[in-house]
Amino acid sequence: MIPASFDYHAPTSLQEALRLLGSSGDVKVLAGGQSLIPILKLRLAAPEVIVDLGRIESLRGIREDGDALVIGAMTSHDDVARSSLVATHALLLSRAAQTVADPQVRHRGTFGGALAHADPAGDLPAPALALDASFVIIGPSGSRTVPAADFFQDLFTTAIGEGEILTEVRVPKHTGWGAHYEKFARVAQQWSIVAVAATVRVENGTIAQARVAMTNMGSGPIRASATEQALLGVAVDASAIAAAVADIAEGTRPPSDLNGDGDYRRHLAPVLARRSVLAAAS
Amino acid sequence: MTRISVNVDGVVCSDEVENRTLLVQYLREQVGKTGTVIGCDTTNCGACTVHLDGRSVKSCTMLAVQADGHAVITIEGLAHDDVLHPMQAAFHDSHALQCGFCTPGMIMASIDLLKDNANPTEAEIRKGLEGNLCRCTGYQNIVKAVQQVAGASAVTGTSA
Amino acid sequence: MTAVDQQAPQVAGPEIGRARRRKEDQRLITGRTRYTDNLSLSGMLHLGMVRSPLAHARIIAVDTAAAKASPGVVAVLTGADLAGKQGSLPCAWPITDDQKAPSHPAVAVDHVAFAGEVVAVVVARSAREARDAIELVDVDYEGLPVVLDLETAVAGAPYAHPELGTNVSATWVYDSGQAGTGTDVDEEIAKAREGGVVIERTYRQQRLIPAFMEPRSILVDPTGEQLTVWSATQVPHFVRIFLALVLGIPEGKIRVIAPDVGGGFGGKLQFTPEEVLTVLAARHTGRPCKYTETRSESLVSAHHGRDQLQRLTLAATKDGTVTGLKVDLLANMGAYLGLVTSGIPVLGAFMYNSIYKFAGYRFTTTNVFTNTTWTDAYRGAGRPEATFAIERLMDDLAAQLGRDPIELREQNWIKHEEFPFTTVAGMTYDSGNYEAATARAKELFGYDELRAEQRQRRESGDPVQLGIGVSTFTEMCGIAPSRMLGALNYVGGGWEHASIRVLPTGKVEVVTGTSSHGQGHETAWSQIVADRLGVAFDDVEVLHGDTAISPRGLDTYGSRSLVVGGMAVLKAADKVIEKARTVAAHQLEANPDDLEFAGGRFTVKGTDKGMALGETAFAAFQAHNLPDGFEPCIDADATFDPVDFSFPHGTHLAAMEVDTETGATKLRKYVCVDDVGNVVNPLIVEGQVHGGLAQGIAQALFEEAVYDEYGTLVSGSFVDYLVPSAADLPSFITDRTVSASTTNDLGVKGVGEAGTIASTPAIVNGVLDAIRHLGVADVVMPCAPHKVWRALQAASTKGGAA
Repeated sequence: MIPASFDYHAPTSLQEALRLLGSSGDVKVLAGGQSLIPILKLRLAAPEVIVDLGRIESLRGIREDGDALVIGAMTSHDDVARSSLVATHALLLSRAAQTVADPQVRHRGTFGGALAHADPAGDLPAPALALDASFVIIGPSGSRTVPAADFFQDLFTTAIGEGEILTEVRVPKHTGWGAHYEKFARVAQQWSIVAVAATVRVENGTIAQARVAMTNMGSGPIRASATEQALLGVAVDASAIAAAVADIAEGTRPPSDLNGDGDYRRHLAPVLARRSVLAAAS
Repeated sequence: MTRISVNVDGVVCSDEVENRTLLVQYLREQVGKTGTVIGCDTTNCGACTVHLDGRSVKSCTMLAVQADGHAVITIEGLAHDDVLHPMQAAFHDSHALQCGFCTPGMIMASIDLLKDNANPTEAEIRKGLEGNLCRCTGYQNIVKAVQQVAGASAVTGTSA
Repeated sequence: MTAVDQQAPQVAGPEIGRARRRKEDQRLITGRTRYTDNLSLSGMLHLGMVRSPLAHARIIAVDTAAAKASPGVVAVLTGADLAGKQGSLPCAWPITDDQKAPSHPAVAVDHVAFAGEVVAVVVARSAREARDAIELVDVDYEGLPVVLDLETAVAGAPYAHPELGTNVSATWVYDSGQAGTGTDVDEEIAKAREGGVVIERTYRQQRLIPAFMEPRSILVDPTGEQLTVWSATQVPHFVRIFLALVLGIPEGKIRVIAPDVGGGFGGKLQFTPEEVLTVLAARHTGRPCKYTETRSESLVSAHHGRDQLQRLTLAATKDGTVTGLKVDLLANMGAYLGLVTSGIPVLGAFMYNSIYKFAGYRFTTTNVFTNTTWTDAYRGAGRPEATFAIERLMDDLAAQLGRDPIELREQNWIKHEEFPFTTVAGMTYDSGNYEAATARAKELFGYDELRAEQRQRRESGDPVQLGIGVSTFTEMCGIAPSRMLGALNYVGGGWEHASIRVLPTGKVEVVTGTSSHGQGHETAWSQIVADRLGVAFDDVEVLHGDTAISPRGLDTYGSRSLVVGGMAVLKAADKVIEKARTVAAHQLEANPDDLEFAGGRFTVKGTDKGMALGETAFAAFQAHNLPDGFEPCIDADATFDPVDFSFPHGTHLAAMEVDTETGATKLRKYVCVDDVGNVVNPLIVEGQVHGGLAQGIAQALFEEAVYDEYGTLVSGSFVDYLVPSAADLPSFITDRTVSASTTNDLGVKGVGEAGTIASTPAIVNGVLDAIRHLGVADVVMPCAPHKVWRALQAASTKGGAA
């Protein structure tokens, strides 16, 4: 309940934040704090220095940039969930953001913070992966943009290196696409046991394009590329979609825990995928 | 230590805090607002819910230093001149509390819920309170209290 | 929704039965609360507990040097330091004369027996400094074999406590043949094996955690003439006595206060290591000391509930008449015996036969130690376990015989005309009306329509199946007639005390020995007294929870407060009236027998000469004109010992949807019609039912305290111990029938635990009713989706046999 002591800085510019990150070996970035602060309270981590990005206004906000949406890393889940830009151009993010934790946590937790934390049961990585988001990371040697496929590397591990900060996420517009995030949990507050993110473009009652990714079926989000292919041209009806998504769990090695073993999760994935795609397409 | 200035229930509080002090600890131990309580250590129970700049947050999952320059309303800042906030009155009228421990957080969360959605369905109320645990009431009367306030606002055309 | 009588406060009429809003609320809704952690004293020190990560180990050494040198640390106390002072925490219920129990130190001295046991206490100037120093205490453990599983434990080594040479604490039997309350159950079973039906089942009552929302906290002030202890406890009177007995402090030097307490549910019915250690720390330092647990500490160190393996045999005739019931329990005590740990199974012993007329009955419990947190009372304490067992058996019997589960129950239950009825377990149920409650429940539920929907879903092979769960229950509460407790070997009694003072200004003070922690006694006792004494509801002040203010009491648990405590209040009120009558008669120069008392006033029959109760109080206060020899006081107190237990009942119906594709379940509709006798405050009664339902449903679907093979509690936070939120439960449809109790003048019965007791089997029966036709015979609680799905898979590969 009581974290270990740390030095605290709340820089007002990105430059200053980078400088502070570089000045210490044992430093953590504080975004919304809804993942980091619980970790500190349980003393699962005890960094010497914390750099709070909360006062860097340039990291907040959602804007259009040509054929992409740009979401500032410090934008709250709540702002993402409410944004009409996001609802129009990246509905899947809107749907997923609404399912994160609870209202209080959504008011503080940030889009970038959750993605950088990369909890395999977190709800944002799979949608970001499905939408082919790319991650703008700024560090001492400048700025680079990492595609989602390369960003999520392992359990709680991303492409963000030491001394680097995720500043914004670029999401290619999927204007007018339907979307759904099918989250399976025992109680409302629980992390996803398995979830399937789906966004589709429907033409004449069949699926013209599909993007599908899974949560908590491995050490990070899993893009179901083969399933996306199988969905092309499929009629928007339950049994046709069921057939197309049937193999979605192939090759996955999902975790076993108090809520079910790997077999059970592999069984859930196609069921949830069918429901997710059908809802997205309807 | 860091010096912070936080407006708590309308009073500007200027204090030295340890960086690791949680907002809820600052409120309870330094500002003396023990009405806001701590029920868990994993951000589940919501008993510590306050309003930060008008939005509900779990004060156990914020550092006091993050609240520097911001405004916090606690359960103790709702009533004015002995006049209860409509949500407080509704909780009383609907028997929406028993031991009272979850109540401050539940009231703060309920007020925020209606700010977003002035006329929620029962399902929306229940979902909107998913971040607050109660062990005594089974939630039924809490839902009734929120419905009562929503209904009253609908009638009068004002928001809670 | 229930039709609740919502009279406006200004309307005249009796208080009893009125939906009075609570007096307790004003402080609680405005945050002006006095939960123990809210309290502070000058110079107060803070405690941190060093707890064993191992479930069973010898303590080789405890190195406190670094901790003692840590900033702000005033003392670090170990078992070695406190061995001579701490005594042993008591068990107040040796259920047998040969019950075995290890000594129970507040801080471990040379070994630990469960993960979470305290091995050292840090005392520091701030909670932060205490927490930092905890990490610096270096404990050298030598791991010992861990025993966790009940069947392993009862069979022999490894021993949770090697010095006992066994894991069996006690074996306790009730046999109707031997007791003379019925026949020999083995004969009934033998007969049924010949020409009847025998159902044999093993059910698992999983381990639960009471998880009250307020973490426990203790503040001790040793600086006054008396030692003052504030504790988040349900039982301040018990804490006082045990501090005296265990620590050798003169009882009159101890004051215990339960200030505002944030829920208990039996989980705060305890005399805890933390209370002892905070007192010892305060006496050691001479300074006020406070300890407040974190939630993680609470889940592992506050006692757990349930945890039984139940082997059951039900005998019946082919036409569905039950004849015999044999119950064999393995009950997990955990590592130690707490206050009532050993007696919890015994509290259920008289309830397995429930509302049904059995000829023969035998109950055996084998109480077993394991290297886990000890168990003790949790809402229902033995009776939910009993009701679950019998209600599951009745559903299984109905399924086997192809009978409607409600009809089968009705065939076997005690008929309304048969009350009072003495059961095969020797209990006499005073009143009840199972027919009326059930008829009303079916009506509110739409039983026939839901059965039709169930049929339709089965026929169409709908992936979402519908089940109807039935639970008809009674329970044994209102703890308890003292002689019966004595007969069961419980150390204490079951009376309750109240005293009433009518103040010179006419206001009334009621001092109760009950200890409300959410139950609304201030409101309900005000209603009782307002009616009896004819004073205004708002003129009654109810005081409780402080041994200096309420010196006599046995506190709150076991759905006893209204039945026993309310009756003490009533009796005290009646004594006040009698004393006041003497004063009034004297002052009005009338014969006491010629006085009528109504509406708070004595009037001389046939005249309009009279005197209000408050005036008699003032007259007694003045003492200018009182009868010779009359003590100038009309205050009175009463200690009420109930003549019997209290037997509320109810019929609960649950409509459960089961998604056969995922195993997910959904409670679609829940109806309960409960009979708690006369009702003092319908709002409070319904609130207790709602809260009880939530906990019982949570046992069926969500909650389980899970240990790994090392004896570490892996469900050690609310992330994994799934207490439901509002989003996880529906609204409940509740109603009541009223069969007044005949064993107390208020005609009331207990309600606090009823919802929990009844609902768990209703839910599980509903889940099974939805998928039994697919070949599933049982799902072990909690009915998590993966378990339901596994059961469906197993059934389909087996070819669908039940």
